[in-house]
Amino acid sequence: MEIKGRAHCFGDDVNTDYIISGKYKFKTLDMKELAKHVMEDLDPEFAQKVKPGDFVVAGKNFGCGSSREQAPLALLHAGVGAVLARSFARIFYRNAINTGLPVVECDTSEIDPGDELLLDLEKGILKNLTKQKEIPVKALPPFMLKILRDGGLVAHFRKYGTFKLD
Amino acid sequence: MGKTIAEKILSKKSGQDARANDLVLASLDFMMGQDGTAPLAIRVFEEMGGQKVAAPEKVAFVIDHNAPSPVEGVSALHKVMRKFAQKHGITLYDVGEGVCHQLLPEKGHVGPGSLVIGADSHTCTYGALNAFSTGVGSTDLAAALISGKMWFKVPETIRFVCHGRLPQGVYAKDLILYLIGQVTADGATYMAAEYAGEAIEALSIEGRFTIANMAVEMGAKAGLMEADEKVWAWLKDNGISGNFEEVKPDPDAQYAAIKEFDVSQLEPQVAKPHRVDNVAPVGEVAGTPIQQAFLGTCTNGRLEDLRIAAQIIKGRKIHPGVRLIVAPASRKVFLEAMNEGIIQQLVEAGAAVVTPGCGPCVGTHNGVPSDGENVISTANRNFKGRMGNRNAFIYLASPATVAASAIAGEIADPREFL
Ligand code: SF4
Repeated sequence: MEIKGRAHCFGDDVNTDYIISGKYKFKTLDMKELAKHVMEDLDPEFAQKVKPGDFVVAGKNFGCGSSREQAPLALLHAGVGAVLARSFARIFYRNAINTGLPVVECDTSEIDPGDELLLDLEKGILKNLTKQKEIPVKALPPFMLKILRDGGLVAHFRKYGTFKLD
Repeated sequence: MGKTIAEKILSKKSGQDARANDLVLASLDFMMGQDGTAPLAIRVFEEMGGQKVAAPEKVAFVIDHNAPSPVEGVSALHKVMRKFAQKHGITLYDVGEGVCHQLLPEKGHVGPGSLVIGADSHTCTYGALNAFSTGVGSTDLAAALISGKMWFKVPETIRFVCHGRLPQGVYAKDLILYLIGQVTADGATYMAAEYAGEAIEALSIEGRFTIANMAVEMGAKAGLMEADEKVWAWLKDNGISGNFEEVKPDPDAQYAAIKEFDVSQLEPQVAKPHRVDNVAPVGEVAGTPIQQAFLGTCTNGRLEDLRIAAQIIKGRKIHPGVRLIVAPASRKVFLEAMNEGIIQQLVEAGAAVVTPGCGPCVGTHNGVPSDGENVISTANRNFKGRMGNRNAFIYLASPATVAASAIAGEIADPREFL
């Protein structure tokens, strides 16, 4: 799985309410509608700017807060290809993998807005094409890769009827 | 090399030699969804092509967050839960039974050595009974309903050793607020916490639930304790017998860190708005006027908590400028508190008692504060907007501090009321 796109940078502790505000998430389960408001409180133009495959790049503790799955789903439906962060909040991390949104832990301090990035999930390689630098990432275990490759846990279960991870 | 409690439980349930950072697929002993998360899990269950719940006897749905329903939309979701539960033979705890995290232990669904998930972030509460329990999302719950299993990343563990005895007027809540203040709100992210030491051993099981409940407020996946005689006695007193097997950490277990604290001089603690780790001794905020006080939740709505509050409030009157709202954690707690005369004392003093359940904790009903108001609460979160108004200020404290403050009309040191 190769993902190529531009970086959109955010800071530390981006909580699930910033990703998708409560005022939208309780109103509808229509993810396309939610995607229009993703990250709105941090960058009102984000939903318009983001192109399929683009990266959300952040500092530590990305996705802290509630256990609602609307957060990764809204990012996914907005076209975000992957989230790169120094660390993730635990439940967001699970929910992201389960909904099919690639999440990768790495040092994001030298990625600038607009940098073009290339992520090879299988090989665990992240390249900053703009800066011509390789950034070491924590490779995803085969377990999670398999779920991501299937397109998330729903698709995985549709295919196998249960967990099939070896 | 030895193992932590988390590594041992996950090894046993996955049939694999599980070590920190391994990924395992493990069989679950119990799973839970509440009315904020179960409806989406039901939808995902259907999207996944789910036909049958693998082990209906290991599942409970709880209607506690919006109970009784305040609006039509919620009523419709409750109906979806009831229908699904009936169709699949799942236990459903309906309006008035209580908060999920009180019910699962009380009804005997969890015990020493159990592996439990709940689609609610405070599922870590049952660690007080030596169970590995953790909060998950709706998709995880749906997959677990179909397969009876879930994937886990085996967490590293931080061990908290609390030496000394808590002084008079200082409770489990003060201890956990203090620890969170020390390690911060993401100090244990992705890890398990083990709590041990004389101060923990001296606590009742109810006090231990309070500690384990808030493990997630330091980012932890689970908050674990050993099963001592008190745990077994508590199970017996509640008429619970199950296939439980206690799990002890090995003396040479590998920890990410071991943190030692002497808590014998600890003072009552308060978490100030809007972060749970923004903690100060009560003296620092004493005198702050309050308009609402809340006694309840999965953190501090148990019989012991109501008893402590009633001891302070008994024979006194709630300050005329304060609304005191009380939500017993379960119907059982409610009944016992009635039998002991606690409810009578609280109501006579001016309290408003609401349905056993989450009450105003999550901000959908039962006591949404107004702009600029200060609330003192026994809950576990004081995030902006948590109680339904972004312009209100929430202070977290022990039941004793909440009771004392409700009488004083301002944040007060409970030791002056004992
Ligand atoms: S009482 Fe509050 S924290 Fe506990 S389960 Fe209910 S809403 Fe969540």
